[in-house]
Amino acid sequence: MDFVGKRKIWYLLSLLIIVPGLFSLAIQGLNFGIDFAGGNLVQVQFAKEVTTEGVRNALSTISLKDSAIQASENNIFIIKTKVMEQSEQDKMVKTLEKEMGDLEILRSEKVGPTIGKELRRAGLMALIIAIILMIIYITIRFEFKFAVAAIVALLHDILVTVGIFSLLQIEVDSAFIAAILTIFGYSINDTIVIFDRIRENMKKTKKIELTTIVNNSIMQTLARSINTVLTVLFVLFALYFLGGETTKIFVLALLIGITSGAYSSIFTASPVWIDLRNMGKNKFIKAKA
Amino acid sequence: MRWEKLILVLITVVIVAGLTFLALEPFQKNVKLGLDLKGGVLVRLEAPENATDEDMDKAIAIIDNRVNGLGVTEPEIRREGNNRILVELPGVENPEEAVSVIGKTALLEFKRVDTLETVITGKDLKDAKEGMNPNEPDPNKVNFVGLELNSEGAKKFAEVTRELIEKYSNDDDPNRAIAIFLDNQLISAPLVQSVISNGQASISGGFSTLEEAHNLAVLLRSGALPVELEIIEKRTVGPKLGQDSLVKSKDAAIYGIAAILVFMLIYYRLPGLVASFSLVLYSLIVWSILIWMKATITLPGIAGFLLSVGMAVDANIIIYERLKEELKNGKSLRAAIDAGFSRAFWTIFDANVTTLIAAAVLIYFGTSSIRGFALTLSIGILASMFTAITFTRFILRQLALSNITRNTKLYGA
Repeated sequence: MDFVGKRKIWYLLSLLIIVPGLFSLAIQGLNFGIDFAGGNLVQVQFAKEVTTEGVRNALSTISLKDSAIQASENNIFIIKTKVMEQSEQDKMVKTLEKEMGDLEILRSEKVGPTIGKELRRAGLMALIIAIILMIIYITIRFEFKFAVAAIVALLHDILVTVGIFSLLQIEVDSAFIAAILTIFGYSINDTIVIFDRIRENMKKTKKIELTTIVNNSIMQTLARSINTVLTVLFVLFALYFLGGETTKIFVLALLIGITSGAYSSIFTASPVWIDLRNMGKNKFIKAKA
Repeated sequence: MRWEKLILVLITVVIVAGLTFLALEPFQKNVKLGLDLKGGVLVRLEAPENATDEDMDKAIAIIDNRVNGLGVTEPEIRREGNNRILVELPGVENPEEAVSVIGKTALLEFKRVDTLETVITGKDLKDAKEGMNPNEPDPNKVNFVGLELNSEGAKKFAEVTRELIEKYSNDDDPNRAIAIFLDNQLISAPLVQSVISNGQASISGGFSTLEEAHNLAVLLRSGALPVELEIIEKRTVGPKLGQDSLVKSKDAAIYGIAAILVFMLIYYRLPGLVASFSLVLYSLIVWSILIWMKATITLPGIAGFLLSVGMAVDANIIIYERLKEELKNGKSLRAAIDAGFSRAFWTIFDANVTTLIAAAVLIYFGTSSIRGFALTLSIGILASMFTAITFTRFILRQLALSNITRNTKLYGA
């Protein structure tokens, strides 16, 4: 199969997802949850059947009408408000109890605005440092162009994930940063296995054309690439459907990112590496001329 | 057929299975569950920038006292940076109430109503205890907090009560009242009936349960915070949700791992079976390390473990794909196994080091829950490299040497 020759098609396919994602990021941005934006969250379970409308009406009596209310099964509601003091939260709970009957607080969170800011900065820092370390490691073990190609594939996966989260306005919480960095690790891992094979095949056969070597290398590692992603997807699907609410966003990000990572390691990383090599060659020829 | 090799394999498998079985109970007993699985409270408090070291130390000591008053068994209170304090209370029964108690400044003030002059503060207290007065006709005043003033406080209190009675001769003159404030909020303003010289006073009104009175008594006993602390982050998980998350993540783990094992068996056959056993050993190693490190297991931590199972399988997959290739190239089974492992080693090494780099960065930069995830992931990756290149290799070699079957189809070829 000719993975490299048709690379323009693969690039186009990636851009079809990434470009709308970038537009969405520029226009509507990400839907930041309270971890980043600051605010309070209370998850309650009512004893009686209640409606979202009812909860909203109860909240509007204490001027919390603008809160986000999210209903899930068994009369469980997640209410997100602006930043509240503990006394304000107590007041809210008492009001809900008075209007809607008995309830139990399953979970509550408060995140001040400074925390969100720090989290964003730490996340970005982590990403940048991880990228630098990656480039250094791959350059030492392989070569600089492999490192650049791997990082391109990596940014591809991050942009796909962040873009889809922005397009669908899925809420982003602190676990999202962990998800992005995990995608980072997996994506690089996938790419490295293929690069490792290219490196090996290049040592073995110096005369064969580069595109053939790359195509062969991808083909030889294809079963591994697919099987590994499958096993990880088994775990992720189990976590997504059985693992409960709290890890859902995290798992969803991983599902998107790891699928993208499997794609990019095959259809982005190696083709980009070939392009990078060709670019260098052309310059070399021009310089000679 | 060489039986001794086969028996060696069987013995190894039985030992691993036996150890795992034996480890189950001690693991379950010793595992330290995080707030999200056990229920509990995390509160991060911030003092003003100008808070001194002394202020912070004192504040931590006071919070420690308050937390002990709540009866939490394993509280963790520590300073973060210059002016932050992190409080973690796993397994606390009523998380919301705990938050109210931790964050309060608890500045108690007795003020004269006529001059608004502060007579007594929390510093004049010797002791505070909750109490109940069943004969009290006003249901709002049944529960109270009895205060015992120290000698200086008692003297001041006696002077002021005498002065009030002398100045306002009428028994129900509102000017006779003494207003009791907590953190600048009026709790009650009882009228002084007589001179109080024994240093006993009480606060009643506003406690609907004895527990509320108890909590205030705890606050007053431990004293007011030297600086105002703002709650900048709070996470509480009720015990019910924690239990629910634990059950759900166990289910996810069982089905996820089961799916992997079935897949490995069907796709890779005999080596797939070996991989399944190596996954059991792998899990045993990872959990032994986590429990030995006294690591707190959180929801993200479990997710990290499950993902690392995926990584562990990956190491096996890389090896088996190599093995298949070598068999296709016409190598004998034994030679194919040796070549497969040695070729696969550096692939696994390079691929895993890059993932470890990402995990290390997460450990360094992450919040505590992200750290838990990255830690289990890193331990998992290291353990998976170890089991894949020692255990899996050992078993496969012995199987090949035992000549149990020459059918390379069973090895996935």
